[in-house]
Amino acid sequence: MQFMLLFSRQGKLRLQKWYVPLSDKEKKKITRELVQTVLARKPKMCSFLEWRDLKIVYKRYASLYFCCAIEDQDNELITLEIIHRYVELLDKYFGSVCELDIIFNFEKAYFILDEFLLGGEAQETSKKNVLKAIEQADLEKDSYNQRFVAENVRLSIL
Amino acid sequence: MLIVCWSPVMVEVWNGPGDKKTVEGPSRMPAPIRLRELIRTIRTARTQAEEREMIQKECAAIRSSFREEDNTYRCRNVAKLLYMHMLGYPAHFGQLECLKLIASQKFTDKRIGYLGAMLLLDERQDVHLLMTNCIKNDLNHSTQYVQGLALCTLGCMGSSEMCRDLAGEVEKLLKTSNSYLRKKAALCAVHVIRKVPELMEMFLPATKNLLSEKNHGVLHTSVVLLTEMCERSPDMLAHFRKLVPQLVRILKNLIMSGYSPEHDVSGISDPFLQVRILRLLRILGKGDDDSSEAMNDILAQVATNTETSKNVGNAILYETVLTIMDIKSESGLRVLAINILGRFLLNNDKNIRYVALTSLLKTVQTDHNAVQRHRSTIVDCLKDLDVSIKRRAMELSFALVNGNNIRGMMKELLYFLDSCDPEFKADCASGVFLAAEKYAPSKRWHIDTIMRVLTTAGSYVRDDSVPNLIQLITNSVEMHAYTVQRLYKALLDDISQQPLVQVASWCIGEYGDLLVSGQCEEEEPIQVTEDEVLDVLEGLLVSNLSTPVTRGYALTAIMKLSTRFTSVNRIKKVVSIYGSSIDVELQQRAVEYNALFKKYDHMRPALLERMPIMEKTASNGPTEIVQTNGEAEPSVVEAKHPPPVTQPTNQANDLLDLLGGNDVVPVIQTTVPTKPASAGGELLDLLGDLSLSGGPAPAPATSVPSSQPAFLLDGLTSPPLFNDIAAAGIPPMTAYNKNGLKIDFTFERANPNPNIAVITIHASNSTEADMTDFVFQAAVPKTFQLQLLSPSSNVVPTLNQGTVTQVIRVLNPQKQQLRMRIKLTYTHKGSAVQDLAEVNNFPPQSWQ
Repeated sequence: MQFMLLFSRQGKLRLQKWYVPLSDKEKKKITRELVQTVLARKPKMCSFLEWRDLKIVYKRYASLYFCCAIEDQDNELITLEIIHRYVELLDKYFGSVCELDIIFNFEKAYFILDEFLLGGEAQETSKKNVLKAIEQADLEKDSYNQRFVAENVRLSIL
Repeated sequence: MLIVCWSPVMVEVWNGPGDKKTVEGPSRMPAPIRLRELIRTIRTARTQAEEREMIQKECAAIRSSFREEDNTYRCRNVAKLLYMHMLGYPAHFGQLECLKLIASQKFTDKRIGYLGAMLLLDERQDVHLLMTNCIKNDLNHSTQYVQGLALCTLGCMGSSEMCRDLAGEVEKLLKTSNSYLRKKAALCAVHVIRKVPELMEMFLPATKNLLSEKNHGVLHTSVVLLTEMCERSPDMLAHFRKLVPQLVRILKNLIMSGYSPEHDVSGISDPFLQVRILRLLRILGKGDDDSSEAMNDILAQVATNTETSKNVGNAILYETVLTIMDIKSESGLRVLAINILGRFLLNNDKNIRYVALTSLLKTVQTDHNAVQRHRSTIVDCLKDLDVSIKRRAMELSFALVNGNNIRGMMKELLYFLDSCDPEFKADCASGVFLAAEKYAPSKRWHIDTIMRVLTTAGSYVRDDSVPNLIQLITNSVEMHAYTVQRLYKALLDDISQQPLVQVASWCIGEYGDLLVSGQCEEEEPIQVTEDEVLDVLEGLLVSNLSTPVTRGYALTAIMKLSTRFTSVNRIKKVVSIYGSSIDVELQQRAVEYNALFKKYDHMRPALLERMPIMEKTASNGPTEIVQTNGEAEPSVVEAKHPPPVTQPTNQANDLLDLLGGNDVVPVIQTTVPTKPASAGGELLDLLGDLSLSGGPAPAPATSVPSSQPAFLLDGLTSPPLFNDIAAAGIPPMTAYNKNGLKIDFTFERANPNPNIAVITIHASNSTEADMTDFVFQAAVPKTFQLQLLSPSSNVVPTLNQGTVTQVIRVLNPQKQQLRMRIKLTYTHKGSAVQDLAEVNNFPPQSWQ
């Protein structure tokens, strides 16, 4: 996968993950053009389109478009499954995920994506394992800070 | 709620896990607002301006917070910055802060820091290199989640330098028993290999027992890694072929094993892994009989047992089909695969139909008969609503046309042409012409089909079709009367479609006598007078709808009729009027024709006689003529391709003097066959036909894909032609000498036209590695024209062991000083090199 974009029906970007090096300007240009192209598609059209020299796979979930750019040798149908898996992960994590969750917790959406995909490929095919890793990592930060706080409490009492 | 007061200054308020506020005590600045707070605030903005104001205010606060080197809130501030960056606002001032976060000991800091690095930094900035050390440390961190962050970041955006520095660490982690890290290391290694292919070797030992892992994550990423290595190196590919049995076994287990909740997707066990294994098998089995045989059974099994009701099953079937078609599978298996695709075509899910058409397009050459069986379904897809499906169906339909089904198929395709979107029309028209040419059951049918295309999609027909059609018509001798009659009638209806008008004008010019004589066998001959015909042609000349090119055709057609019609005076008048036309092209022609009337009238009949049959070139595909487009200020140059002309009878050489000096000779001129038959003359014609007539040929509409227009230049690529041309004794020169690549220019004068300089480039390589994929391009200023022939090869061998030669022909009618801009691209030692250079040191004799 070269990149993944999440955007709303009004074209507002909610998440952008780039797996190829491009300048900010180029990214903005690509995003703008691609968003326009996808939003112009009619509902009856298929989920794949050719754009520049890439294959674009997109799917709409409620108010969010999930859009991936894959290479020639990549399997479009399985990419749809990848997108679906990501949505399932978000759903499990946030509990019936909606666009607002991703807006207000975008950094978490990234963390989840980074536990599922790495360098554009799936690193873990078990839903359970991805969620477990995220939970643990979340705890990691908590326990760390908890420890930090607790120690300081003890000190102050003394 | 828990309030913890752990210093006189800081008070922490807990509302539950993850929801923590740190509030400053009385004596400091207020704490920066929380991320969610900011998001909420920004979303209340009602206008873009309001939003911008809020953002600017917050950015200012964040900037001063950064300046104060505040460790506590850096994480929060960077997170806010990332949000604002996603909205499209600049966030570069946060780059260094990300690095500080990465270096922090707190996990939360690192998490946001790495995220920020991945979003804000890219390998173009030097700043990102500062990450290298942090990442190195974190790769060895005691906490696996920190290691994970480092691996993820490196695998996502690591530059070549970083990859080189850290490859060793990645390799180490690839051998760990911790599957959480191992799987990430594998994908990180893939990225390293993509960035620095030479490092591939070092990962080889670690791959030894990757496939014996039980963990699916590791298995999946390992297969990805193996795939990458096999794709990049034939040696690796040969080495890993021995894994085929193991891969087959793993795949078998996935299919045969019962329900596994952890990896199940709609009843299928780990489809992601299945698909990747199938893809790797494809690469390993390609071209190898033994491997292909070893995987035959499992492929058959997958193909027959996979559930097709859901997308996930079809995804696996799709990959299976691709594999079957690519390896050396037995014919039964191939038929099975094509049938799967045939079933896909009938699936309600348009996505499935789409991939089916794509796959069929790939296999139609090799398994033509099998695909033919599904022809009617494919043709039905022409009526699909989806644009991508229609396009594929169209391409596939053309691929399936053969002598047996031509009539039926053409009916469908012409119907499609009538009703399809403009973006398809050009391709469809070209496809129809090609198919008609190959399989036309009769000449009449052929002409009719062409007429149909010209009249329905006339304006979308590619410019290169015009010469092709003209040639076709010329060669269908018995149809001339019919053709010209039909074209004439079409003109009466509509003169807006330029390709149609051009072909029609040309035909009327050639066969106008047949038109007025009323001889037509094929259909009812029409009664038309010479004056009526001339009216139509003159109408083209004055119409606003006609392009300059079309006007050229019309004028020439009128001229030709002077030997076929009796009303010569009328023609003389028209021709002399255009002698003062503003259009330089028309003016030139008119002046020349006038000269024909006045001074060379004895030659006129011979000059304007009927065109001989033109022989077709061997293939209709593109010859190797490379055309270069000038960059920025040098001119746009293209080789306009005249019809192939084998040299017919010799004519007087003095005609050459009359017309040879003027290189602005339009493409379809009767003067073409009258040039001397010498090789040099042939070149002259064709070069002369690189005219400015009609201005630069308009580029095909942007919807047209990248297929090359068919070039029909004959005999141009054969080197012996140049032996006839006497070298004019111009000294050679070195045009470029850098990084071991040296390019010399040697000169010849193309006899007899002194305006053409023939330059041969000699590229040599003094380094110790070959330069592969060598492409030489050149551009010249507007007053010149340039033609680049195909190179002798595109590998410049190492250590001056050989040279790549390529011929450039430069037309310099205005005798201006020759300048050239050249662009060189090649691959050297694994990396792509590109360079631009100006060449200004041409010896004066080359252009004077």
